[in-house]
Amino acid sequence: MVELAPMRRAYGEALVELGRADERVVAVSADVQTSDFSYLFSEAFPDRFFNVGIAEQCLVDVAVGLAYEGLIPFANTFAVFLASRALEPILTHLCYGKANVKLMAGYSGISPQMEGPTHHAITDIAVMRSLPGMTIVSPADAVAMRKLLPQVAAWPGPVYYRFSRQEVPVVYDEATDIRIGTATMLRDGDDVSFLAVGTLVSRCLEAAERLEREGIAAQVVDHHTIKPLDERAVVAAAEKTGALVTAEEHTVIGGLGAAVAEVVTSTGLAAPVVRVGVADRFLESGTYYEMLDKFGMSVCDLVAAAHRAITLRDERVGRVVARPTRNR
Amino acid sequence: MVGQRNLEGDRTTVVAPRIAHFHSEEEVRRIAVRAQSLRIEVLKMVFKAQSGHLGGAFSAAELVASLYWHHLRIDPTQPTWSERDRFLLSKGHASALLYAALAHRGFFPVAELETFRHLSSRLNGHPDRGLPGVEIVAGPLGHGVAIGAGMALSLRMHVPKPSSLSSPSSHASRARVYVLLGDGELDAGLIWEGAMTAAKYRLGNLVAIVDCNGVQQTGATSDVMPLEPLTDKWQAFGWHVQEIDGHNVAEILNAVDRADEVHARPSVILARTTKGKGVSFMEYDHRWHGGKPDRGQYEQALAELEEGLRAWSN
Repeated sequence: MVELAPMRRAYGEALVELGRADERVVAVSADVQTSDFSYLFSEAFPDRFFNVGIAEQCLVDVAVGLAYEGLIPFANTFAVFLASRALEPILTHLCYGKANVKLMAGYSGISPQMEGPTHHAITDIAVMRSLPGMTIVSPADAVAMRKLLPQVAAWPGPVYYRFSRQEVPVVYDEATDIRIGTATMLRDGDDVSFLAVGTLVSRCLEAAERLEREGIAAQVVDHHTIKPLDERAVVAAAEKTGALVTAEEHTVIGGLGAAVAEVVTSTGLAAPVVRVGVADRFLESGTYYEMLDKFGMSVCDLVAAAHRAITLRDERVGRVVARPTRNR
Repeated sequence: MVGQRNLEGDRTTVVAPRIAHFHSEEEVRRIAVRAQSLRIEVLKMVFKAQSGHLGGAFSAAELVASLYWHHLRIDPTQPTWSERDRFLLSKGHASALLYAALAHRGFFPVAELETFRHLSSRLNGHPDRGLPGVEIVAGPLGHGVAIGAGMALSLRMHVPKPSSLSSPSSHASRARVYVLLGDGELDAGLIWEGAMTAAKYRLGNLVAIVDCNGVQQTGATSDVMPLEPLTDKWQAFGWHVQEIDGHNVAEILNAVDRADEVHARPSVILARTTKGKGVSFMEYDHRWHGGKPDRGQYEQALAELEEGLRAWSN
């Protein structure tokens, strides 16, 4: 049975731990502390927690002022609002002005589930990725959450930390070393590569197991750092399997899949990149896992994407390079 | 006559200084001369660049001169001194005025002013933090109050803040935060989000000064987006409010002194000013928000400003 762990509680507890370790850590909230569990920080450090109300631009700007004075502010609200309503302050002061603010983007992807399309954050990676100087990190589970958060605090400059509101399967063990900037190989294989981020990492692991039963060896790589992307890991996967599947809880436009495709096409590697994610559309209200399944992010979808990537690679190899295919 | 219409609000509501003049006439005159000199410098910079914003720089000249040549506790040799007062130019289009003040105050060489808005210069169209003395990026309007609130919150916290390696502070700071806003900028909702936050946290170490010149890019503020009654608005938002003549140096000095004495709530100074102050054909005219002078206009403007300078100097 897969172990589930709540990301929100993991976040709140990790933030408290961080606050104990470093007095410079402060938190600002747009009145979402009961949603993202930063209330745990407000209870532990009431003098270091500021609620600016439902005012996301103000949230970012107050954090900017705190950051310019040498503190390490964690600005908390829903991912969708950071990447839309609060975008100009982020662009102007975090990216251009280099304010060392950590954006805590809870409620990522479709994890707000029944709140509906207004609350789903399916464009935020694309938006944030285009901002010069922005770092984007997204933990796949509660273990990664705890391991990455202190690194986010220590990272020089602004970070967009994107995490789910859901209870999600645990994919890491405590011994695994996770480093910002370095993709983490969770499973190795020669035939096809899953390059994934966030909650879909666990679904890629499930898909890899199903493929194994078909005799296909899939590797699964967690690209928890979307920017700066671990380009060497992308190249290594393209060279090793020549068939890439990207997976993200985000539109297939401009996110991890696009970042991977940019690397592959820039290096001259002839690996196909099949992107799994949200199509160019808005979704619906529904339960989280139902929606993942309905809108193209099921384990079956991932398995089918892997088959497609392998087929594309083999057709290309047969046509262009005229050498024996690997898996037939 | 355009000018009379463009003035927003009833000028008769401007109150006289409530405190007797603590500042000597000589001190006031010295600052007024400095303000006029800054206008001349700004005119030269914008003419050379053939780009920039004159109207809103001229309206704020006395405000900036009073702060930089009298009120602010700053040390140009230590631009990041942790105990410095923070001056935040929120109306970033008045960049030429800020640059002129910083250069003449010794933060960087005056000769660098000639590079304003040129390629490879540190003096970008709107200010950024690469330049000594500049606290915040500005240009996109509406940010000053909320960022100032964040700074003011930080300054009163008792935690180690390595904002200066030479003098790390682990105590609440005496430093204060001064934010210069434009009145057109008050159209932005973010200003009022920041105003509520500052009042909620009772930030007595935060002072906003509004350059109420009554004119913005396309016309009078009263036409573009009526703002009055501004005194009532700021009071309703929980701020201590003063209203002054923003070209009267004595009133400015008294007002900032008085603002510093306000405890447990933020303070705003509504400085009634004239857009394009000092140049007859620019005053009250929105076209000089961002207009560039040709040589004839430049020479006339320079002559008028220099005449004003002589009037103060005699």
